[in-house]
Formats: sequence, C-alpha cells, structure tokens
Amino acid sequence: MSTPLPLLERLRAWAAHHAYVFFSSLGRLCRQPLSSALTIAVLAVALALPAGFGLLLTNVRHFAGDWQGAGRLTVYLRPEARRDQAEALAAALRDDARIASVTLIDKDQALAEFKRASGFGAALDALPDNPLPHALVLEPAPTAAADPAALEALRDALTARPEVELVQLDLDWLQRLLALLDLAQRGVRLIGVLLGLAVLLIVGNTIRLDIQARADEIRVTKLIGATDAFIRRPFLYTGFWYGLFGALGAAAVLAAAWWLLRAPLGRLLALYTGLPEPLGPDAALLGRLLALGIGQGIAGAALAVGRHLKAIEPR
Amino acid sequence: MLRFERVGKRYPGGRDALSDISFELPAGAMAFLTGHSGAGKSTLLKLIAAIERPSRGALIVGGVNVARLPARRIPALRRRIGLIFQDHQLLPDRTVFDNVALPLVIAGYRRRELARRVRAALDKVGLLDKERVYPQTLSGGEQQRVGIARAVVHRPPLLLADEPTGNLDPDLSRDIMNLFCAFNQVGVTVLIATHDLALIERLPYPRLVLRQGRLVDNPLAVS
Repeated sequence: MSTPLPLLERLRAWAAHHAYVFFSSLGRLCRQPLSSALTIAVLAVALALPAGFGLLLTNVRHFAGDWQGAGRLTVYLRPEARRDQAEALAAALRDDARIASVTLIDKDQALAEFKRASGFGAALDALPDNPLPHALVLEPAPTAAADPAALEALRDALTARPEVELVQLDLDWLQRLLALLDLAQRGVRLIGVLLGLAVLLIVGNTIRLDIQARADEIRVTKLIGATDAFIRRPFLYTGFWYGLFGALGAAAVLAAAWWLLRAPLGRLLALYTGLPEPLGPDAALLGRLLALGIGQGIAGAALAVGRHLKAIEPR
Repeated sequence: MLRFERVGKRYPGGRDALSDISFELPAGAMAFLTGHSGAGKSTLLKLIAAIERPSRGALIVGGVNVARLPARRIPALRRRIGLIFQDHQLLPDRTVFDNVALPLVIAGYRRRELARRVRAALDKVGLLDKERVYPQTLSGGEQQRVGIARAVVHRPPLLLADEPTGNLDPDLSRDIMNLFCAFNQVGVTVLIATHDLALIERLPYPRLVLRQGRLVDNPLAVS
C-alpha cells in the first residue's frame, strides 16, 4: 500500500523537482531552437526599445544638467554710460554673494568682435559711432543658479539701476528644454509601459500555444493525481527562461548599438567644449532589464496558465 | 473501500447516465462491471476518480465522500487510485520508464527509490527490457501493460480498469486479467469494467451488471 512520505523527504523531492523542471524547461526551449529564438528576438526588441530611449533621455538630461549653471545674466548698460560706470558696477557686483564672476565686455571690443564674426564690417564702418553699449556677463553662484526665482529677483534688482538699459536672463531656453525633456520622459515611460505589456502578451501567447500543444500530457498528469502547482511549474519556468533570454538579448542589442554609435557620438561631442562623457549601458541598466524581463516573463506565463489550464480536464 | 449510495448522474440536457446505483466493494475485494457499451460502465468509473461528479447520492472512496470533495482535494484522491484505460493514455514523447515513473514524480519520490519502484512495476508486467523505448514502438498488449505498470507503480489501494482488454486478442487478454488477479491477491481492491463476458466467465469474482444506467444484477448490494 502507498504510504505518505515523511515531510523532509517530500521537501527534498520538491526542491529536486524544481531543479529538474528548471533545466527540463530550458531543454524544451532548446529542442525548438527556431521558434524559441524568434520569440526571444521579439522580446529582446520589445525590451531594448524603451531601454534605449531611456538611455538616450538620461544622456540628454546628463548634458542638460551640466548646463543647469548656464542661467547666466547679461547686463546691457545704457548707450551713454561710460566705461568707468561699467567698471564701478562690475566691482559692486563682484561683492554680491549671489554672483560667482563678472566679465566686462567693453563696447569697442564688442564692436570689433561683431565686425569680425558677422561679416557686416563695411556696413558697420559706415555708422557714425559705436551703437553697442558696455555689457557685463554675470555667472551666478551655484546656489543661485539652481534657483530660477533668485535669478529673476537678481535680474529685477539690476534692471532698476539707472545706468542699466536691459538685463537678459538666459533661463527661458533652459526651462523650455527641461519642459521638453519632461514630456519626452513621459513619452518614454508610456512606450515602456506599452512594450512591457507587449512582453507580457508575447510570453502569455507563446505559453498558451505550449499549453495547447501539451493538452494530452496535462490531461494524463491530472488523471494520475498531479496538483495544479505541479502542472503550472514547467510553464512558469518556461516564462522565466523567455524573460531571461529576452533581457539578455535586449542587453546585447543595446551594447551593439552603443558600440556602433560611440565613435560618431564622441566626434560630435568633441565639437562642444566642457561636455561630460556620454553614459553607456551599464550594470544597473542590465539589472533593470533582467528584473523587468524575468518579471514580465513569469507574469505572462502565470496569466496564460491561469486562464487556460483550468479548461483542460480529463474526460 | 468503495461504497455507492443511491448515486445518480444526469448530464446537461436531462439524459440519465446512471440512476440509483448502490453497492459496496470491501477493501481487498475484486469485482467486474459489465454491460453493453453505453450502459454507463465508464461513467461509473469516472465518478470514482472524480473525473465526473455525481448529480445525486453519496460516493465513498476510502472513507471520503467524492460527491462533496472540493476540487483541490481531487489530486490526493487520484493518487490513491490506479487508473487503467482502454487507450492506455501513455505520453508518446516519453520513454516507457518515464511514463511509468510519472505517478512517483508527482508524489515526490527521489531518483533512486523511484527507479527501484519503476523497475519492480515493469518487472511485474514483464517489460523490464523495454524501459528505454518509446510507447509507439510497442504492441497494443505491451502498451496496455505499460499502462498497468504506471497504474500500480505507486501501490494504490484501489485499481480501476476501463475495458483494459478491449483491443487485445484472447491470449493477451487472459494475461492481462491474470495480472489483475495477482494484484488482488496481494491486497489491492480491483474494479474492472469489461464487456468481454467470455473472458471473465471462469473467474470467481462478483459481477455488477449495468443496463441503461441501472444495476440489474447486484451481488454487492448494501444490506
């Protein structure tokens, strides 16, 4: 007569069966290399796309972050203001804690530079006198630079001075860029959610077909007394493998794209001075890909198993 | 071991497959269930293994009322029953060894004990030399014996067979029947559905006769 096994023995057997199913589900994937590879390729692309966009966005933020301090102020004095007035103002501003540095651009020097850079040399020579004012370029201190309200207060204070004509705060474009990045980030998140859903559905559908192909086997094992957990196990592990290989495939796609783009990107960045090194795919990204891929793989399998296993009962 | 109390099975649409079935098969006994095809033999066996659920009555298997058994308890019930089918229900993509081992894998036996028991079961049905082949390469009689080995490998106290000799010639059928008798002699309760009256004629076991879903001959009636 059959006697129930002792608990420890059953636990050991349970662990052994997990280990067995872990590898046998992998073996099953390997026995259908073409269809498995196709599924994994689709998963890899679906995972690589949002990860790639995310990486792109992270880089743009990375560069923009470096420009955060570029909330610089340009102070144009009134045309009749004299050089010594400009120097006095510059000296006063250098003592201001909110300002890191002050550069005085003399109006003659500015005109010479403009003639050289603009190509309007002859036209400018025709003018009776220099139309340009003296100007001061102010670099805000880091604390003030991070605070748009402080910069605006500084601008208003400077505008109120009698010798100042106009203060230009180069903040608008930065704010626009950051707003654009926020929008892009939301877009990338949306794409990420949709493609994550696609991974779920791809794995779910693959497992559904697998369940249908093995319906007879499921029926027989149910007849012999297999529990639902026992029958679910190989399918959940199959989902795990799909997720794992899909994530590794996505990492390979990103690594290849990075390898292809790195040199031209480096040449482009070399044209701008003072930019930080671009960020490539790293271990943290691989970890996120693996977590997402495996999680969605198992979830997709669980979804399919939950929906379709109950329908297969012995007759 | 097995007791039916006024069990009825009505399929959706109103057809009564079984009505008012009452009998008791004591532990260690063996009996045949006969009747024409369509008389309800398969349905009766399916009720015992909870493949179908009764519409009325109580069905006690080993002290448990299968009629009220929650779905999550069904696997435990089936592990205490050895089921044998006319069409074997073997898995074609697994070897004879793996087919026979399946109940032990499900029950959680470890490799060494599992192999020992599988070989003992295959030895009993005379197929020890076929453990590495796939079922399709075997003859019908051999496949049926693999099915029997799988049904007894975990030593269930109750063995149910649905037309186990349905496709076999008389000599093979006798071999199979002798196997069941041998299992019964070591204490297994056995219930065999068959329409082959010539085969069981000389065997000294009670016969339940079904006709249109009713027991018309019932030597196992509950007193």
